[in-house]
Amino acid sequence: MASHAASHHEVKRYKGLMDWLTTVDHKKIAILYLASGLFFFVLGGIEALLIRIQLMFPMFNFLDGQTYNEVLTMHGTTMIFLVAMPLVFAMWNAAVPLQIGARDVAFPFLNSLGFWVFLFGGILLNLSWFLGGAPDAGWTMYAPLALREFSGPGNDYYLIGLQIAGIGSLLSGINFLATIINMRAPGMTFMRMPLFTWTTLVTSLIILFALTPLAVGLIEMTFDRLFDAKFFNPAGGGSPVLWEHIFWIFGHPEVYILVLPAFGIISEVVATFSSKRLFGYGSMVFATSLIGLLSFMVWVHHMFTVGMGPIANALFGVATSLIAIPTGIKIFNWLFTMWGGHLRFTTASLYAFSFIPSFVMGGVTGVMLALPPADYQFHDTYFVVAHFHYVIVGGVVLGLFAGMYYWWPKMFGRMLNETLGKISFWFWIIGFHLTFFIQHFLGLWGMPRRVFTYLENQGWDLPNLVSTIGAFLMAISVILFVINVVITWAKKPDAPGDPWDGRTLEWSIPSPAPEYNFRQIPLIRGLDCYWKEKMAGNKEMTPAEPLGPIHMPSPSILPFIMALGLFISGIGFIMSKYEFENSFLVAIFHSYAVGILGLVILFVCMIIRSLKDDPGYHIEPEELEAKGAKA
Amino acid sequence: MLALALSGCSLKNQGEANPLNPKGSVGEEQYFLILLSLGIMIFVMAVVFILFFYAVVRFRKRPGQTGIPKQVEGNHKLEILWTVIPIILLTILAVPTVAFTFSQAKDLSDAPPEEVLKIKVTGHQFWWEFEYPDYDIVTAQDLWIPVGKTIFVELHGADVIHSFWIPGLAGKTDTTPGVTSTFYFDAKEPGTYLGKCAELCGAGHALMDFKVIAVSPAEFDAWVATMTNPPAPSAEPAVVSGEQVFKDKNCISCHAITPNGASLGPNLNNFGNRKTVGGYAENTPDMVAKWLINPQEVKQGATMPTVPLTDEEVQALVDYLGSLKNY
Repeated sequence: MASHAASHHEVKRYKGLMDWLTTVDHKKIAILYLASGLFFFVLGGIEALLIRIQLMFPMFNFLDGQTYNEVLTMHGTTMIFLVAMPLVFAMWNAAVPLQIGARDVAFPFLNSLGFWVFLFGGILLNLSWFLGGAPDAGWTMYAPLALREFSGPGNDYYLIGLQIAGIGSLLSGINFLATIINMRAPGMTFMRMPLFTWTTLVTSLIILFALTPLAVGLIEMTFDRLFDAKFFNPAGGGSPVLWEHIFWIFGHPEVYILVLPAFGIISEVVATFSSKRLFGYGSMVFATSLIGLLSFMVWVHHMFTVGMGPIANALFGVATSLIAIPTGIKIFNWLFTMWGGHLRFTTASLYAFSFIPSFVMGGVTGVMLALPPADYQFHDTYFVVAHFHYVIVGGVVLGLFAGMYYWWPKMFGRMLNETLGKISFWFWIIGFHLTFFIQHFLGLWGMPRRVFTYLENQGWDLPNLVSTIGAFLMAISVILFVINVVITWAKKPDAPGDPWDGRTLEWSIPSPAPEYNFRQIPLIRGLDCYWKEKMAGNKEMTPAEPLGPIHMPSPSILPFIMALGLFISGIGFIMSKYEFENSFLVAIFHSYAVGILGLVILFVCMIIRSLKDDPGYHIEPEELEAKGAKA
Repeated sequence: MLALALSGCSLKNQGEANPLNPKGSVGEEQYFLILLSLGIMIFVMAVVFILFFYAVVRFRKRPGQTGIPKQVEGNHKLEILWTVIPIILLTILAVPTVAFTFSQAKDLSDAPPEEVLKIKVTGHQFWWEFEYPDYDIVTAQDLWIPVGKTIFVELHGADVIHSFWIPGLAGKTDTTPGVTSTFYFDAKEPGTYLGKCAELCGAGHALMDFKVIAVSPAEFDAWVATMTNPPAPSAEPAVVSGEQVFKDKNCISCHAITPNGASLGPNLNNFGNRKTVGGYAENTPDMVAKWLINPQEVKQGATMPTVPLTDEEVQALVDYLGSLKNY
């Protein structure tokens, strides 16, 4: 704790837009992540619809091959990096500090910086649409297709946009590792942590080891494209296969970065709405950790058709299928959590329960894909497309929707409309299966993925039409969800502190959580600590400390400016390869002046941050009393 | 969808050769593995679905139901059960998987030509080049093979990564520039099989198809004979003037017309007998003309330049290319 003198230190507290730009409060950052993640979700969804319209009929002329490649690349990249990742971070920020009894994350400034670099990276990526064409080599960005010789400027936006956004992910991973390890309330031992916190811990560790190779790969390919390096260019002795390795050493763990938090959400929601403790908690923790470990040992299953020989293929095939074991443990633990419970059907629990059969279908095709000789047929077909959409939509997105409906009252103090929520759920789940189930068969009937069109008379016409109809049902669901959000936004706060008869610590405090989270840090007396207190007849947690001044971090605009600096620098380096008529533009871009200016902004902010002593401020007990009276 | 899943026959998709209806022995091995894994996975899914739907119906909170369900920590016997059974199932799967992974990776490069036909495949944006080193033939787009003989393929990438795939005969292998990879396959029945590029390779990726023409060994030998000794060019005036345009417009700088000439673009020996223009559109004089006038319209991203041609020149070229028939 900082010295008490900090309380006399005057801190400017902002209102309105400046509050959002300067906030370091994890709960507000959660809302920022949520809002931008949902914005990009709509964008990626529109791209998905464009794809499905083009494939509705054989030899259809809606998008040409080049435009289609740009749309498919941006759909995948957006959904993974700009939707799934930020929504996961939104859930972490909204729930994890509350679940472990912390007043904020370990590094609130970094948390804010993480968000702003993510957002500016995402904006940079999407600017490509207006500045010469979007990336077009698939979200996997395989060289040599992704290199300058075979593509326009779009892929630079991918490389530098993701480089910048990736810094945000790394910062979040580091932050939540430090938070969970160091900031748990007294009594909150590792084996008393809610499973969502456990999955956050393991995922943060995966981020640390998976995003770093990606950053290296991106910078190498950036050098190939901007400065004529030859890392991945076979014409200069580089190796395209090396890029595939680097990409998938990141790319496979990335799947678990997305799905483990979803597992965590499902564990919370299923237990809460079954009114039972999680079945086999210990084995769930074990399975989560094992999946985290195995996720780094299977990347070659994305490369079975490269021709690396039977030893590599057989080993990685068997290693991959092993992941089915911990995943199976999880599935059965969820089923037996429901078993004998009192299942309540809310929108959150509908999403969580339906996750189980949907995700199992994605899991079993994963085992099928792990068998190299069979994969020679499946690879790069619609079977794979069906598989990973079952994992990501049937797994990650169902989990995220469950989490949003579940924690929405805690984030906003308002309950989402349940009727509208349930209607939107049914559109989503029916539309999802309609879109993607049939795609398994399209793949097995020989339809390659990433094709902008297909010839008639291959038996693919009707299945593709069905798939497109399903996609539109999913679009209706999203529209209903957006309407629900708007209606909920407009109404008065109505959420009680514990709307779902919750089990974990976040439900012991008011909704929305006050800025300091806990007036007094609680004492944790077991797993499902709030449920335990409720069962013992207590209305609230037992405090572990006397009421006193609460130390708070100061807001800061620096993270926003630092992210802006990176953004400017990114634009500067990308445009160093543009051809300009205007001699002024040539002068500032071709000399890298703009690129360097952006980095200077970044470093100046870092120096200010390092030299300026900011001890934060305190909320005094009297202020708490005043607020307590209001609540 | 259920009806579709239950009607096993229609799953094979109208008798068209595809991974579920393979016409070659490698494809059959892969199909066996697909079926075996699918069977095991359907069993797993059935168990999960039954437990899930039973729980959803049986344990829903009823109106007026009070009290708190028993808080169960876990059950060691059950947890061991659902750890051990998957291990057994995966072991069953692993045995044929590992066996086929090794057997299908056999290196046949030293096999005698009587037993194995070797073919060198090169993937280009967006067409396929086929070289028969034992017969000194270079051709494109149509891959002729004898039924029943093992075909050993050596793969090369000319520009970006492509992936060589004949869904009805065997799985795919990538053609990565700088990497030489190999695999083998065969066709058990004569017929024309559709081949595809399975790795995103640019704007024309979706149209980078080819044909595999499997014929009896005798027919194959006859094809080899005509390919290596094409008949003398036709003396028809239209054809002769077309040949002149072909030379004048420098088509020949990218397109070899000799039996064994490798070139920047597809070798055009035997073009009149080819099944397709641009790898996917039926080879008709109209389509050839369309391609000559504007290749980008037929296949976006194609590397062939748009050569300024008069209508007469186009017609002459169509006649000339159509005359390049060996049989």
